[in-house]
Amino acid sequence: MSLEFIYPEFEVIRNTDRCITCRICERQCANEVHILNKEKGVMVADETKCINCQRCVSFCPTRALKIVKSDCTFRENANWQSNTIKEIYKQANSGGVLLSSMGNPNELPVYLDKILINASQVTNPPIDPLREPMETRVFLGKKPEKIERDKNGQLKCELPPQIELSVPIMFSAMSYGSISYNAHAALARAATELGILYNTGEGGLHEDFYVYGPNTIVQVASGRFGVHEDFLNAGAAIEIKMGQGAKPGIGGHLPGAKIVGDVSRTRMIPEGSDAISPAPHHDIYSIEDLRQLVFSLKEATEYKKPVIVKVAAVHNIAAIASGIARSGADIIAIDGLRGGTGAAPTRIRDNVGIPIELALAAVDQRLRDEGIRNNVSLVVGGSIRNAADVVKMIALGADACYIATAALLALGCHLCRTCQSGKCNWGIATQREDLVKRLNPDLGCKRLVNLITAWQQEIKELMGGMGINSIEALRGNRLMLRGIGLTNKELEILGIAHAGE
Amino acid sequence: MLLNVKNLDYKTLNEALRNNTSPITLEECCGQRFIGAGLSDKNITIHGVPGNALGAYLNGSTIIVHANAQDAVGDTMNEGKIIIHGNIGDAAGYAMRGGKIFVKGNAGYRAGIHMKSYKTKVPVMVIGGSAGSFLGEYQAGGVIIVLGLEEKNKNIIGFFPCTGMHGGKMFLRSECKDVKFPRQVTARLANESDMEELKTYLIEYCDLFGYNINEVLASPFTVVTPDSNNPYKQMYVEN
Repeated sequence: MSLEFIYPEFEVIRNTDRCITCRICERQCANEVHILNKEKGVMVADETKCINCQRCVSFCPTRALKIVKSDCTFRENANWQSNTIKEIYKQANSGGVLLSSMGNPNELPVYLDKILINASQVTNPPIDPLREPMETRVFLGKKPEKIERDKNGQLKCELPPQIELSVPIMFSAMSYGSISYNAHAALARAATELGILYNTGEGGLHEDFYVYGPNTIVQVASGRFGVHEDFLNAGAAIEIKMGQGAKPGIGGHLPGAKIVGDVSRTRMIPEGSDAISPAPHHDIYSIEDLRQLVFSLKEATEYKKPVIVKVAAVHNIAAIASGIARSGADIIAIDGLRGGTGAAPTRIRDNVGIPIELALAAVDQRLRDEGIRNNVSLVVGGSIRNAADVVKMIALGADACYIATAALLALGCHLCRTCQSGKCNWGIATQREDLVKRLNPDLGCKRLVNLITAWQQEIKELMGGMGINSIEALRGNRLMLRGIGLTNKELEILGIAHAGE
Repeated sequence: MLLNVKNLDYKTLNEALRNNTSPITLEECCGQRFIGAGLSDKNITIHGVPGNALGAYLNGSTIIVHANAQDAVGDTMNEGKIIIHGNIGDAAGYAMRGGKIFVKGNAGYRAGIHMKSYKTKVPVMVIGGSAGSFLGEYQAGGVIIVLGLEEKNKNIIGFFPCTGMHGGKMFLRSECKDVKFPRQVTARLANESDMEELKTYLIEYCDLFGYNINEVLASPFTVVTPDSNNPYKQMYVEN
């Protein structure tokens, strides 16, 4: 070996007593880890190529396979851990910027895990969702400040455009191109069946999916890929993407290798050309400029669609959100530090931004203090992992949550975190036809519906425990939350008391 | 149809445009934004100065302005034609994906950023005067032409043109000796086939603004094209 050699991260353990040399592992692995040694008649593995996506493990009919983390170690210490060392080797080998996939893997505080939810005992009876109606429906959009009546005393019922969600969860933006046609189909169908929305991301909308328009958020980002009049009018809402939690302050590059066939046509750029989304919108340098884009979109869609402005959670998020709430936007989506991505520079993903819990609490409080909370709805994302996370976010002040990684897991993602390679063995983050076929959209849709239905039931149970039968009554209800193991400052920003208080 | 839009707000103005099917002339226009946003099959003539985002997402209409226009003309335009008999402000033709923008005078900063194209759908922007800095940043497709017809001594384009350009083509009516182009593009003098191509774009332009096409073409042109469709491929290492 050589100076450039880095020992494989994983080992493929094959139980030769169980292996029947059926070669399924070989066919299932797009990374070409498994090969049949014809001379000896046994399967062998090249673990330098293994990314531990668990595809072979899941499909081995005799359970002969497992993948384990290699115990070959550097002489690491608390400061120089093996990942840190490997990253230096990779950069010394290549001179390249490190590129990673999925959300921040580092040990940063997950405030959601340090927040506990209340329940009623004795004085205020809990509600049993199995026998009493529970409302999880929410409406996103600008709400009127007060009731208005016309000259005859009749109520004025005209509201700004709203999105109706059966449960306060939406599938967050993932573009067609970064994920496959079948993954998009599954998300679109599931959103329709569930009465929620999915998001096109910045890649336009494939013509086959226009039919799911009422359950679609169409995204306009700095590259404006696939944006045209029909696209804008196709969805239930339009999202302007200013930033993303996994990579605040930078744009996106979908490599030319993924711009093939329908992806190329949907984005309206030539096959093989990189799809580059610049870091800024080149026409937005201020809140006033943002307002201009918001209203140009509203004009183009005759004020029928709510406009969402999505930003990454950064240091001054409260002031930024205050500006957005005055820009004419109907909804603000905030994406936190732990949010996922198909590809982001490692340094940016791991070091830029702030946790979504703190951002949300700060924004909600600021908008309330300024009396403009009803100007906008708040949607938050950035690693919402389960129903309790949703409930905690709502109680911290969110109107709804965005989920993406959790949705991908439901579709079969095993979090191997190599989306950027384009060789996703689960048919999600790939455009290779043979791999895309592996994801059955019908099954994918069913699994997504299962997931959200289960979460909805759990949300109802958590709400019932608190004695709350409508999720609207939980929004910003921070009395229902207590912190555990948090400092005074953290509690102050979250606006919650410590457990025991 | 004639419509005096003095003191009319943009919302009402656009409603009137949407509901009108015959050619329409707007008089005394003064800074109303978003005129023609997303409209198809309209024929709009404007007297006075329209505001920002004129013809944003335009989807197949003709807009003629007999004055200057402001920022963000033809933002994300898809089809149609915008003809300006004056100067335009910043960020014209941002992310334009089809149609034509013809400007008699000068363009401000950041014209033609992230223009794109797909197969036969090729947007074209022709600027008769000079263009400001950051022309054609991230250009992904389409054709940008700057003629500098009024410029005698100074550069016809500003600083930092073509940064991040990875598609499309730019024609500049100048030898561009003093212009610094980024490393990832090639700037060379136009050859015969370039001039033939250029002519196809300029016939209509010269016709519109009363120029003699042979005189316009009788000058050296610089052609700028990107070296690669994948400018950032080598920048990354998988982690």
